Formats: sequence, C-alpha cells, structure tokens
Amino acid sequence: MANKILVVDDEPNIVLSLEFLMKQAGFQVRTASDGEAALTAVASEPPDLVLLDVMMPRKNGYEVCQAIRANPDWKEVRIIMLTAKGREVEREKGLALGADDYITKPFSTQEVVERVRELLTAAG
Amino acid sequence: MLSDGVIITSALIYMGVLFGIAYYGDQRADAGRSIIANPYIYTLSLAIYCTAWTFYGSVGLAATSGIDFLPIYLGPTLMAVLFWLLLRRIVRITKAHRITSIADFAASRYGKSGLLAGMVTVIVVLGILPYISIQLKAIATSFSLLRQYPQVAMPVSSAQQPFWADTTFLVALVLIVFAILFGTRHIDTTERHEGMVTAVAFESLFKLVVFVLVGLVVTFGMFDGPGTLFQQAAARPELAALMRFEVVPGGYGGWLSLTFLSMMAFLFLPRQFQVLVVENVNEAHIRKATWLFPLYLFAINLFVLPIALGGRLTFVNAEVDADMFVLGLPMALHQPNLALLVFLGGLSAATSMILFETVALSTMVCNDVVIPILLRLNPRRLAGRADWSGLLLGIRRAGIAIIILLGYVYFRFVGESYALVASGLISFAAAAQFAPPILIGLYWKRANRRGALLGLSGGFVVWAYTLLLPAMARSDWISASFVDHGPFGLELLKPYALFGLRDMDPYMHAVFWSMLANVGGLVFGSMLTRTDAIEQVQGSQFVNVLERDRHDGDSLLWRGVVETTELYDLLARFLGPPRATEAFDRYARDHGGYPLQADSRLIHYTERLLAGAIGAASARVMISSIVMGEVLSIEEVMTILDESTQVIEYSRRLEQKSGELEAASTELREANHRLRELDRLKDEFISTVTHELRTPLTSIRAFSEILLANPEMDVEQRSKFLSIIVKESERLTRLINQVLDMAKMDSGRTEWSVENLDLRALIQDAISSTSQLFHDKAVALHENLGEQPVLITGDHDRLTQVVINLLSNAVKFCSEQTGEVTIWLRRVADRWRIEVIDNGPGIAHDQQKLVFEKFHQVNDSLAGKPKGTGLGLPISQKIVEHHGGRIWVESEIGQGAIFIVELPGQP
Repeated sequence: MANKILVVDDEPNIVLSLEFLMKQAGFQVRTASDGEAALTAVASEPPDLVLLDVMMPRKNGYEVCQAIRANPDWKEVRIIMLTAKGREVEREKGLALGADDYITKPFSTQEVVERVRELLTAAG
Repeated sequence: MLSDGVIITSALIYMGVLFGIAYYGDQRADAGRSIIANPYIYTLSLAIYCTAWTFYGSVGLAATSGIDFLPIYLGPTLMAVLFWLLLRRIVRITKAHRITSIADFAASRYGKSGLLAGMVTVIVVLGILPYISIQLKAIATSFSLLRQYPQVAMPVSSAQQPFWADTTFLVALVLIVFAILFGTRHIDTTERHEGMVTAVAFESLFKLVVFVLVGLVVTFGMFDGPGTLFQQAAARPELAALMRFEVVPGGYGGWLSLTFLSMMAFLFLPRQFQVLVVENVNEAHIRKATWLFPLYLFAINLFVLPIALGGRLTFVNAEVDADMFVLGLPMALHQPNLALLVFLGGLSAATSMILFETVALSTMVCNDVVIPILLRLNPRRLAGRADWSGLLLGIRRAGIAIIILLGYVYFRFVGESYALVASGLISFAAAAQFAPPILIGLYWKRANRRGALLGLSGGFVVWAYTLLLPAMARSDWISASFVDHGPFGLELLKPYALFGLRDMDPYMHAVFWSMLANVGGLVFGSMLTRTDAIEQVQGSQFVNVLERDRHDGDSLLWRGVVETTELYDLLARFLGPPRATEAFDRYARDHGGYPLQADSRLIHYTERLLAGAIGAASARVMISSIVMGEVLSIEEVMTILDESTQVIEYSRRLEQKSGELEAASTELREANHRLRELDRLKDEFISTVTHELRTPLTSIRAFSEILLANPEMDVEQRSKFLSIIVKESERLTRLINQVLDMAKMDSGRTEWSVENLDLRALIQDAISSTSQLFHDKAVALHENLGEQPVLITGDHDRLTQVVINLLSNAVKFCSEQTGEVTIWLRRVADRWRIEVIDNGPGIAHDQQKLVFEKFHQVNDSLAGKPKGTGLGLPISQKIVEHHGGRIWVESEIGQGAIFIVELPGQP
C-alpha cells in the first residue's frame, strides 16, 4: 500500500512540481492550496505525511500544523514544513509546533524525495 | 578744680570705654553672637541723629526762637511713620545689591553709574563739612568753657589763635586718630561695623541720660519744678514770646521746609544711611524703631525749653552763649561733676557723629572717587595688584583725615560766625538733594542716569548758590554785597531772593529752588533721554524689590565667558583669600557646586561681593575687565524686561524654554520611534522581497531539475513544464525590476523625464498593450476617453505604467467571459481624472488603503494564475503623487471596484 502524501502550498506551480515528484516516487498524492483546504483533506482521510508551506492564505502553515498535532487521532501524521531560507524563526517555530522536519525553498528535488522517504521509513 | 588734666583724662577714659564697647561688639560679631541683632540697639543707634547740634544747639535755638527747634525732630518722627513703607524697601535693595553707602545706592539705581556715585560723593563731602565743623566747634567751645570753671564766661574764639594752638584743631587731630582706630580697625573693609554701632547705641543712651539729668536739675533744682520756671519766664515779655508760635521765622512755611529738610536728612545723611540701612541686620527691627525712636526724640526734647528758659533767666547779661546753656547752667550751679558729665555727653554726641560720618564718607570717597580714578588711570596695573585690602584701608584712612581737616578748615573760615543749628541746616539741605533721585528712583522706573545727573547737579548748584555762598559772604570771604544786592548788582540773582522770591526764610527759599531744579532735572532729563539696558534692569529691580524675594535678573546682563579661577583671583585680591574661599564655598553649597566656566549667575554673585568692597560701579569695571564677551544689548534686554515685572517675563521665558525642550524631546522620541518603525519596515520589506523572489525561483528550480532528471518525459508535459519555467522567470524578472524601481523611488533617485504629452493617446497606448490580457480572458473593455487630445506635462513611460497596471489588475480580478472593464478620462474642475471600473469581487473597506502598501495582496487565491508582485499599486501611487495627483479606490464587496487617478491639468 503506497504511502499517502498531502501537498499544501498556495503557489500552484510549486504544488504541481511536488505532486509530480511524489507521484514519481510512488506515493499517493493529494493537494490543497490553502490551510483550511489542507485540514479538510486531513480530516477526510489522514495522510501519512504532509508537505506544508508556511505562508498561505486562510490559515497559515503553523496553524495547520498546530491543528493536526492537537488531534490525537492524527498523531501518526508526519509533517515537513516548507520554509524560506534565512528565516530561522519559521524553522524553529515549525519544529516547536510539532513539525518533524523542514525543507527550505528553493529546494532540491532529490532532497525532498529523500527526506520524505526517510521520515516514512523511520515511522515504519 | 577742673584742671585740663582732669577734663582730658576723663575724656580719654570715656573714649576708651566707647572703644572697649566697640571692641566687645566686634568680638561678639566675630564669634557669630551679634550684640546688635536686637531692635533696641538698632533704635538707639539711630539716635546718632542727635549730635552736638541737639545736645547744645537745640537749647541755643529755643533760647532765641522758642519752639523753632522742634521741626528738626518732627521730620524724623514723620519719617519713622514711613519706615515700613520706605526704609524697608531701601534696606532690602541694599542687602540684595550689597550696597555700602548712599553714593553706592544712587549709582546702583542708575545703572551702576560711576559718574553719579562720584557726584553724590562730592556733594556729600562738600555738604557735610559745615556739619562736621559744628561738632568740632561744640567740642572745642565746651572744653574751653569748662576749663575756666569755676569762672562762667564765654572764652575768646579759638579761631583768633594760630591753628596749631587752636583747641579745635587739636580736637580734630584727636578725632582723626579715633576715627581711624574705630572705623578702619578691621582689615576687612566690607563687613558692617558692629562694634561702632554698639558704641553708638551706648553713647546715645549716655547723652540722653545726661541731658535729662541736666533738665531735671535745672527744672527742679533751680526752679522748684516746671510751674515756677514757666511762671518766671512768662513774667518776662521777651521770654513769653518764645512759648508761642509766632516767633518762628518764616512762619509755617519755615516749619514745613525745616520738617522736610530734617525728614530727608534723617534718611540721606551718610551716617544716617549707614546706621539705618547698611548696619540694619533684620528688617523686623525697623518695625520696633518706628515707635521707639520717636519716643527717644521726645525724651531728649522734653527739657529743651526748660533749660533754654532757665538759661535766659540765669544768664541775663548773655555771659554764656545760648548754645552753651546746657554746660553753663551746671557750672553756674557749682556742680563740677554734672558739668563734666555734660561735657562728656556733648563730646560723645559730637564724636559719634564725626566717627560714623567720616567712616561712611571715606568709604564713599574711596569706592566712588579714588578707586574709579585709579582704575581709569591704569586699570591693568591695578588689576594685577595682588592685595588690595591694604591699599583700600590706606585710602580710607587718608579720606577720614582729609575730611575732618576740611571740616576744621570750614569751621575756621566760615563756621565761626554761625550758630550750631544754622551750619547744620546747610548740611541738611545738601543731603536733601539725594531725595529726588533716590525716592523717585524707588517708584518711577523710567527715571534714568542722565535725569539723575541733571537733577542732582542742578540741585547742588542751587544749594551752593543759595546757602553755601551766602554763608561764605557772611564770613567776609566774598563781598557781602553779593547777598544784599546780588552778583554784579543783579537783584534777580540775589541768593536769598532768587528771581524775586523775597521775604522767605533762607532755608525754605533754598529748599524750594533746589528741589525745583532737582526734581525738574530728573523728570525732564529722564523723559527726554534714552535709558541704557543696565539702567532699565537696575531700575526695575529697585522699583520691584518688594514684589520678589530673589532677583537674579541682572545676572542676565553678563553673557561673557570667564574661568571660575579668574573670578576667584579677583575676589581674593579685594577680600583676601580666606573670605574669597568662604564665599565660593557658600556659592557651591547653595548651588550644588560651581562650573569651571563661570556662568552669568556666578559672575553676578562675584560682582555683588566685589561691590560690597569697592562699590557697584568699580566692581562692574573690574568684572568687565576680565569677562570676555559683551554685555547684552538694549534690544535684547527690552524683550526680557517688558513693562511688567522682569521676573514674570523671565520665568515665563524659562517656562517657554522648558516647554520648547519638552516639545523637542517629545519630537526626538517620536522621531526615534519612527526610525525604529522604519527600520522594522525595512527588515520586513527585505524579508518579504526575499520570500517573493524565492517563490518563482522554487518553481523554476524544481521544474528544471524534474526536466533534467526525466529526459524521457512526453513532449506535452515537457512543454508545459518549460512554459511554467518561462512564466516564473518572467515573474522573477518583473519582481526584480519593480523592487529596484520601488527602492529608487523611495530614495528619490528615480530619473523623471518630464515632457508635454497627450494623456488620451497615452491611455490608448496602454489599452493596446494590454489587449491580449482582455482577449485571453474574454473580458470586455469600454473606452470613454473623449474626442480631444488631453495635454498635460509628465513622464510618459511612468504614466503608461500606471494605466497598464490598473488595466491588468482590473482584468485579473474579473471573471472570465462575464468580466467587464470601463475606462474613463474626464475633466473634474481643473484636474484630469482616469477611472478604471471593473465588475470583479470588489475590495472591502478595510482593505482599500492597504492595497497601496508594498507586497500587500488581496486575500484571494487565484488558482492557476501567477500572482502579482504586490508592488504594482504602490509604484503607481508613487508615480501619481510625483505628478502632483492622487490615486484611490472606491468599492463595495461584490460590486466591483473603481480605481481613480487624478492628475493636475495643464496650467
């Protein structure tokens, strides 16, 4: 059974690229373009991992992360924050709120895939 | 029975006692337990007013003119009533300015004028000589009379003898020694003479007791009480007249003028000013003296008439001068001890007057005549002199000697032929000349230096002409026809009947004319001449002295720069290092230290201390010799002074200044706050910019790597990914351009090429550039641009940028197919207005201002479209504002939006 990935970003082209990469890596992919849509998607069918952008309209990445961690049913959901490099605050804040890892934009496609795989393997 | 030895020895013993009391008083003062700090000593010291004139002369006058002697005591009594009003004011000024004499007072009032101080000093010295001469005469005459005891007969005039054998001359010499011993014993020249005041208080008591004793002996010992005495006198018609008013020469006018003269003399004779004002230690003493001193005058006058009548009844053949009745009666009664006491009483009355008068005068001569002259002759060398106190003392001692000797000269050549009272009144009239400048100056701010000089010199000339010259004429020093027929036979200029004002008492005549000249000169001189800045400051300080406690106002006048050590050196030169150190310590204590560079307050403080030693005018010269920088101009001072009290203006200015300071610091705080806010905005801008740059870059990198890693990808997908890369690259480029544009505009480095252009054509250009966008989304565009070209001046490319931005925004927010955009160009008043109307979702009210902020993007995800840069509208706003126009949006949610640009029309 392929792992389920949720890609969340308000930039359609970034979503498109991540969707392509994850599918290519053999995951099952869903997308959302804002925070609320992301939570709806998680609620309908909790993914194994969320690739979560920070700056988004209607609930930003932190709020989404916090909401996921607040629900014990979703404690298995891995979260990787997509942050802007140079803004250490974003990274620290994400980790503090319960994100499992972070990737800085612009990311290396290879690295994204590797991090996702690592995290899912570790989780078993 | 009374050998010369006995008389001289008792006189010396008595003087020794006085000296001992003075010494004790000084000791107490040095120990800080002042003996004169009580109202009784103060009141008694005022009785220095009662000199040999009172002691001997009152009886003399009463014996010939009845109660004519009374006005001389009525004046001071009236003045005592005015003490609280007038004297308190003068005392307060004197303390505040550390004034040392009447000349100093006048000079201080009129802008620290050295000329005025000198003039007052000259007048006072000349005016006082007759007065000193009568004291010498009284001592000498009483001595000569007493030594003939038991024979009772007037001695031959001592002036017949050569001066070295003249008793009066010897008396003068002895008094010089005593005056120097008493008055200049202290090295310290500035402090009060507490010892002398104590001695005066004692001798006032002594002379009162002796005089009353004589009165009692005469009234009750010789005549069995006043009843008998007056009965016997009434039996003699020439004596009965003495007890009625009509004998007063000049009638009531004479009384008035004598009362006025004695009022003024009581205040303005140098020794009176000294004891009343300079030696006053506590203003409260004045209150008690107000009723206590008239009581003293009453007591000492009580037996004048009985003694006078007793003398006339006893010395029927005028064996003894009326002036010497007080001494002659005890001698006739064969009471040598009482006679000796009387002699000592007269001696002490005369001595205390001479001591105090000459000490006061020598201080004035030194401070206001000699020092200024020395300073003028060679200021540099004098300023460099290390120790002045010795020089000051020397000058003062010489001054004392010269003044007493001049008094002797006057006695020998003029005073001999005058009664005691007549000579004294000449001095009174001279002292009265200070009344107008000082009294008017206390209440009239506009009285100025030139007016005072004019009035004083006028009054002095008239005084000399109507009183001094006739006195000399009477002594045959000038032709007597000068008095009887006027100079050169000009009747109009007769000194006792000036301008035909005849049949008047000579004193009243002199008072009338001299006061007319004096007051007139002061008033007209003040009104017709300009007043200097410093005169205004001093004037308003004197006039307003009671209204405020502290006055630091005239410290405003020093604006220069001087090292504090220089000030200290100057002060030490005059006061000696210990007192200078003490003074600076006191200043430091009161003001919390002193600055290295003396400020105006410290300069002023030093000036006042110095004024205490060498007078206000000289102090000013000394200070200005070391203070660099100029004195404030009259205009500057005028703005400070204004009409009302200076201090109100001063504190108002201070308040204003502190208000300004407060405003400035608030402004600074705000500026600081703004700066921090700007700094924060800049950080935010940078971080936003980097974020905005990162977004397209992320897509570009991701798709490039995908394409690179998947060479086998199908053509359709490949070209889709490639077009994304292209679009995001364009977005990146646009973003970078706009960020640079914005940065340039913010820093004002944008180059504008302003030209005449057709706004209508410009809009049409912009429409055609964006036509593809409208076509792609099938949005309709309606143009309402009018028919005529619209000429304005502006930057063509920038304005095009604005219109394109508005059009592309409009089309971006419109729905596909149903979208409609309308563009208007029309004139509103004197401005051109471009309106871009869409039927998109609209913008909420709270967002309408925000859309013009950098990187603000309307919270609406437009899926599938590259978003704007968030800089389009802010840049448009900058451009429009640069053209003197404005841009805003009007919109309701769900009803589309109208973006409006207004530009100024062609002028």
